Amino acid sequence: MLQITNLHANVGEKPILKGLTLSLKAGEIHAIMGPNGAGKSTLGYVLSGRPGYDVTEGSVTFNGHDLLALEPHERAAAGLFLGFQYPVEIPGVSNVQFLREALNAQRKNRGEAPLSGAEFLKVAREQAGALGMDMDMLKRPVNVGFSGGEKKRNEMVQMGIINPALAILDETDSGLDIDALRTVGDGINRIMRRPDKAVLLITHYQRLLDYVKPDFVHVLADGRITRTGGAELALELERDGYKELAA
Amino acid sequence: MSDELDMRDKAAWDAAEKVADYAHGWSSDIETDFAPKGLTEDTVRFISAKKNEPEWMLEWRLKAFALWKTMTPPDWAKLNVPPIDYQDAYYYAEPKAKPKLGSLDEVDPEILRIYEKLGIPIAEQEVLAGVEGARRVAVDAVFDSVSVATTFRAELERAGVIFRSISEAIKEYPELVKKWLGKIVPMHDNYFATLNCAVFSDGTFVYIPEGVRCPMELSTYFRINAENTGQFERTLIVADKGSYVSYLEGCTAPMRDENQLHAAVVELVALDDAEIKYSTVQNWYPGDAEGKGGIYNFVTKRALCQGRNSKVSWTQVETGSAVTWKYPSCVLNGENSVGEFYSVAVTNNYQQADTGTKMIHNGKGSRSTIVSKGISAGHSNNTYRGLVRVAPNAEGVRNFTQCDSLLLGSLSGAHTVPYIEVRNPSAQIEHEATTSKISDDQMFYAMARGLNAEEAVALIVNGFAKEVLQQLPMEFAVEAQKLLGISLEGSVG
Repeated sequence: MLQITNLHANVGEKPILKGLTLSLKAGEIHAIMGPNGAGKSTLGYVLSGRPGYDVTEGSVTFNGHDLLALEPHERAAAGLFLGFQYPVEIPGVSNVQFLREALNAQRKNRGEAPLSGAEFLKVAREQAGALGMDMDMLKRPVNVGFSGGEKKRNEMVQMGIINPALAILDETDSGLDIDALRTVGDGINRIMRRPDKAVLLITHYQRLLDYVKPDFVHVLADGRITRTGGAELALELERDGYKELAA
Repeated sequence: MSDELDMRDKAAWDAAEKVADYAHGWSSDIETDFAPKGLTEDTVRFISAKKNEPEWMLEWRLKAFALWKTMTPPDWAKLNVPPIDYQDAYYYAEPKAKPKLGSLDEVDPEILRIYEKLGIPIAEQEVLAGVEGARRVAVDAVFDSVSVATTFRAELERAGVIFRSISEAIKEYPELVKKWLGKIVPMHDNYFATLNCAVFSDGTFVYIPEGVRCPMELSTYFRINAENTGQFERTLIVADKGSYVSYLEGCTAPMRDENQLHAAVVELVALDDAEIKYSTVQNWYPGDAEGKGGIYNFVTKRALCQGRNSKVSWTQVETGSAVTWKYPSCVLNGENSVGEFYSVAVTNNYQQADTGTKMIHNGKGSRSTIVSKGISAGHSNNTYRGLVRVAPNAEGVRNFTQCDSLLLGSLSGAHTVPYIEVRNPSAQIEHEATTSKISDDQMFYAMARGLNAEEAVALIVNGFAKEVLQQLPMEFAVEAQKLLGISLEGSVG
């Protein structure tokens, strides 16, 4: 589904990714772990097309298409979802409005008919309900006045409504208490653990992986994948730390 | 926000997507009867004669014209306007004389086609098409300078409401017109208002009798359609004791290279316990991306809250015009009277807007609310200029002012110029102001969810302006949201 080959990327003038190669197949969940500053968030931004994150070398294909040639909104329409580490506030725009706009923009881009208000609300209610978010919160302005945990939960509701083929989740577990972590973990499994979908979990800690069991764990250090293993690698990292591993 | 409102938002967005560039930039083919070019006493006489006006009206116009010749244009606004050659314009244009029509069915299909192009809200299109059970909105259509037809006159008359072109009202209700015309905005008020007194072409007159709640929203579509023709509408709305009226004013204009002058005067009076809600969506041609052409809009709008507990609410969404000079104001004479001003002003490319309000508190316990949202993009300049004045005898006055500015790009300007004059120590005056930019984070967040850059800007801007848009009647809210998106096209790249 996603093939990243020898990816080099700069933020401003500074090289961050230095020859990263990674392959995700449908049905797989991959975790990327690594120390601060290794380039984990940069990878998420580069894949979703954030301006200012410039690819200098390498290629990325998504379902056989050149992902890097697409605008951010086209990548979204193609089925890529980025769960933000720091979800952004948009005052005056309700979650419902934001998501319906977004979803219908994606559908339009794919040549599909827009969802009617009633159809959309049905989906929105289901997804919010499954993640324990009440409808009042969906009607509130996007992320405005939300706690850190609520913002992350909201990202999962968005993911459920948008229903992407590939989710890149950037430290979705940070700032969550144990209960919220479980809710979010269940959400990821429910929405994304499917034969036709894939997930790239970017995380510092192994604790989310207790709930979302990865098929592969990669260590990202200094802009490259330095080690790949199964779920047990995360436990090893938790025990020994990144320093030990790099040594 | 209710679900229904959200869905309505969506309808507006969908419509907006269909529109590229300035969608109303065309001109239609109706033959025009011009007054001779230039401005002299003869021009004033021509206009008055053309309208078969009574002698008192002609005298009033001539007095204004004599006064105007002694005046100079105001220069205090933050506007850069090249000198206007008042002799190089036509002051009167009307569609070729046609018999007065009893219903809109009889209106020239060309004009109806224009309405359609203007995207008149569905409810009103249904009304125009005569759909049974359609939501009723009375449309007094000002096409160029002359009211072409007035709908629903009979029903309004049953309620005792007078809804006429001002030309008709001058002839049919001279005492009512004389009593208030020029009493809210005096003839000598300012250069453009005085000019309007001399040459006003047509406009609207509304009278709501005591205790009557106007049975429908009143709506007038102004449209500038003849090349080089100044437009000088005159509107007078009188709300008698305990009455209520909601009035909608919407404007578009065709694309022209030459600048067109527009100097309207709107006067509102609310007596005891009366309420007037006046909503405007202004979408006149703003000039092209290089700043060529566009409407010059110098408008004087003022409301007199004369009675106890009277209330006037101005809501405006200003997206058009090359130059906007406009300060819808409330003179709060009545005890416990209320004035409100809700404004969204968008400037893009080389547009300039200097707009705001004046709340003059003369009455005890009078209250006012000002919410101004300025959005500047491109090379434009957007100024909020507002006055809150409290007279020495006005005890217990309250005002709340909020001015928010949103900047797009790095070449646009936002300016806030509040004047506060308080001569009574019991007054409570609050002023809040913010200036912000659309952040890269917001843009990317919206785009990562599937919106393209322009959709993302439109969404964020509509969120910014929401408090004001919510004040608009539903049809207008939809049109206004659409306009915000359209008017900011090309502002991100």
